[in-house]
Amino acid sequence: MNLIVDILRAAIPAGTPLLLGTLGEIYVERSGILNLGVEGIMIMGAVTAFGVTTLTSNVWLGIFASTITGGMMALIHAFDCVTLKANQTLSGLALTMLGSGLSGLIGKRYIGMPLSSKLQNVPLKGLVNIPVIGPVLFDQDPLVYISYILAFLFWFFLFNTRFGITLRSVGESPEVADSAGINIPAIQYFAVFLGGIMSGLGGAYLSVAYAPVWIEGMTAGTGWIVLAITIFSLWRPERAILGSYLFGGVRVLQYRLQPLGISPNILNMMPFVFTILVLMIASREISKKRIGAPASLGVSYQREKTL
Amino acid sequence: MGKVIQMKGIVKSFGNIIANNRVDFDLREGEIHGLLGENGAGKTTLMNILYGLYSPDAGEIYIDGNRVDIKSPSDAINFGISMVHQNFKLIQSHTVVENVALGLKGTGFFFPARTVERRIREFSQKYGFKIDPHTPVWQLSAGEKQRVEIVKAFCRNAKVFILDEPTSMLTPAETGELFKLLRLLRVEGKSIILITHKLDEVLEVCDRITVLRGGKKIKTVDINEVNKKDLASMMFDQEISFLGRENRMRKVDKDIILEIKNISVLSDKNLLAVKDVSFNIHRGEIFGIAGVAGNGQKELVEAITGLRRTVNGNIYILGRDVTNVGPREILDKGVAHVPEERIRMGVVPSMSLEENFILRSYNKEPFSDGLFLRYDVISNHAKELISRYKISALDEKSPAITLSGGNIQKLILARELTISPVLIVASHPTQGLDMKSIQQIHELLLKQKEDGCAVLLISEDIQELLSLSDRIAVMFDGRISGIRNTDETTIEEIGMLMVGGGDRV
Ligand SMILES: Nc1ncnc2c1ncn2[C@@H]1O[C@H](COP(=O)(O)OP(=O)(O)OP(=O)(O)O)[C@@H](O)[C@H]1O
Ligand SMILES: [Mg+2]
Repeated sequence: MNLIVDILRAAIPAGTPLLLGTLGEIYVERSGILNLGVEGIMIMGAVTAFGVTTLTSNVWLGIFASTITGGMMALIHAFDCVTLKANQTLSGLALTMLGSGLSGLIGKRYIGMPLSSKLQNVPLKGLVNIPVIGPVLFDQDPLVYISYILAFLFWFFLFNTRFGITLRSVGESPEVADSAGINIPAIQYFAVFLGGIMSGLGGAYLSVAYAPVWIEGMTAGTGWIVLAITIFSLWRPERAILGSYLFGGVRVLQYRLQPLGISPNILNMMPFVFTILVLMIASREISKKRIGAPASLGVSYQREKTL
Repeated sequence: MGKVIQMKGIVKSFGNIIANNRVDFDLREGEIHGLLGENGAGKTTLMNILYGLYSPDAGEIYIDGNRVDIKSPSDAINFGISMVHQNFKLIQSHTVVENVALGLKGTGFFFPARTVERRIREFSQKYGFKIDPHTPVWQLSAGEKQRVEIVKAFCRNAKVFILDEPTSMLTPAETGELFKLLRLLRVEGKSIILITHKLDEVLEVCDRITVLRGGKKIKTVDINEVNKKDLASMMFDQEISFLGRENRMRKVDKDIILEIKNISVLSDKNLLAVKDVSFNIHRGEIFGIAGVAGNGQKELVEAITGLRRTVNGNIYILGRDVTNVGPREILDKGVAHVPEERIRMGVVPSMSLEENFILRSYNKEPFSDGLFLRYDVISNHAKELISRYKISALDEKSPAITLSGGNIQKLILARELTISPVLIVASHPTQGLDMKSIQQIHELLLKQKEDGCAVLLISEDIQELLSLSDRIAVMFDGRISGIRNTDETTIEEIGMLMVGGGDRV
């Protein structure tokens, strides 16, 4: 019993960067834009948060700075895809390469340095005493609590507001949205920018809360897993919670199983094997329930051309 | 009366085609203005320019006397213009409510669905448009989608309504309700532009009429100055007769081509949409199915063409059991299918005309030599069909979506009829066609009948059913509420059966 609570409790922080990134990517893809640059934005968020925290000794300033970096990087992508109508896949991949290179350069001096002020756990009084749920959910750091709230807000806005209908319509059919008088570039810029902020935040979580150090390439595929969870969640924020913590759990198991003598190579494969499994499950569900990716995902829209 | 809209010298060309050639058009306050012209005359193009979807090459637009620049639909909406599109602008995966709410002003930021749902219910009650607000659009039949498209346009507060062929799939009763609404709006001082190919409708409801031909404006006339014949002679360069050819050979063969035995079919909502339906169609028979959209016609057709599984019963073609064998095998049995939604199901919009012509036979001689496609043959085939069916298009290489609505319909018919079918399943085959093309299609269907082909004809146009069919079945609530010999029935009787009156068979 204690072991299970222990694993679940560790799965939450392990899944939090995934959740933050996925929430953002869901909005981006719902607007019809594919951003394969998540990995690059996350690593830039991580190095920014670490650097600014080291400079100012204020972890919250570090976190804030990472959202700015993330948003700015995403704007490059938005400019490519929305304004220039460039190939979205290429632009995203370029962003990932840019991020990993640049973060390595910036981060050189932080390698091996301890973080001056780390994000601490804040048990929520009262709630933490609930058996099982309390210690698992409510003995975490503040950014985890913020991610709970964000997940709720992302779900609420997507399905219960005018903005949500507009965003989803743009991704399904920009042609229809256009003829309803929607300003498509504005919606797409906003969604991509917001996605960048969330990825930056996810990266920051890695370097100032989860493992408060800077290691080059420390995101280690987190951004790619975010893209997989986006599909697994069927572009729904509430399912992103499930997906992210599942992956968090896999990551935790990876460490717990190591002392049992299982080859670390096999354990390192686990998240990726799991990714493939999860995508298989998702695609079955997609064909059964006849839901799918936003219908115009990855397609640029130009008024008279597509009519 | 003031002029709400004035369009002066509008020019718009696509490649070599001049879709609008110095067109002048004006709309008065509180009038219903009919816009007529054959397929490809440039009606939709002119309206798309007014709605900001196309930008004109030349010309000026005035609203309430002021020169305006309509750069996008959002500009048009702000000027108080609302539009029913010929090619429905609906999001398939969203519900009716979400579609209507998109871009609608005055719904509140939070929970917009609540206000919109109320508005839809009010509207459908007041005007007899049956719509379930929470159904996803992809589950609706084409006729139901047309209702949604109409409701969407009228839920907006506008002073000018552009209706591009709003009645192509409505029943006479629904059309009547729509016209009632138009007259009400006219009293309120709203202005309406109505595009349709049905001259009777135009004469019934319009105040003035503008006729386009070959991209040019021919004339604007007052309704009491003209009759049907004048209008037709303005629309077409040659004389056309109104009677057209009717099915006078009501004799049918004994051989059964299609046998439907007690079939039941589920809808996308997993409800029984077709309930224990049986009928036979004989060699050389045109069998009509009448009914209000959404009473199981779509599911029935999809079951016969292999696109939807049956849960019960059997389907035989030429005596062979083809229940649930899948579309490919059914097509190869010689079944032609003219689907109800031409753009979604009839063509691949982004592919060229020539490729669309061979969708059924791309893998067979002479179009394929086993490994490669033979584009010289394909292109000649396309050229021949384009001229035989008088399809107006830039050339055979242009994407299907660039054709006008009526011409896309002709493309589909041309493709389906070249296979010399044994059975034609045609849903609304003449929707959106001008009178000349309708006659052409009717000729084709009757010719097929004489050659021994069986035809299943689904239509909401009772007149068309009466003039073509040998027998007419009426569907209501998933059942056949009656089958009549065309010679022994009347419009009134069919109308009664359509709303559920009558015998059950
Ligand atoms: N986006 C486009 N690209 C190329 N050609 C086009 C495009 N839109 C329209 N056309 C051409 O312009 C001409 C006029 O088309 P339009 O759709 O305005 O006709 P219409 O009068 O509405 O006909 P219908 O009654 O068949 O709907 C047609 O020849 C059509 O092929
Ligand atoms: Mg048209």
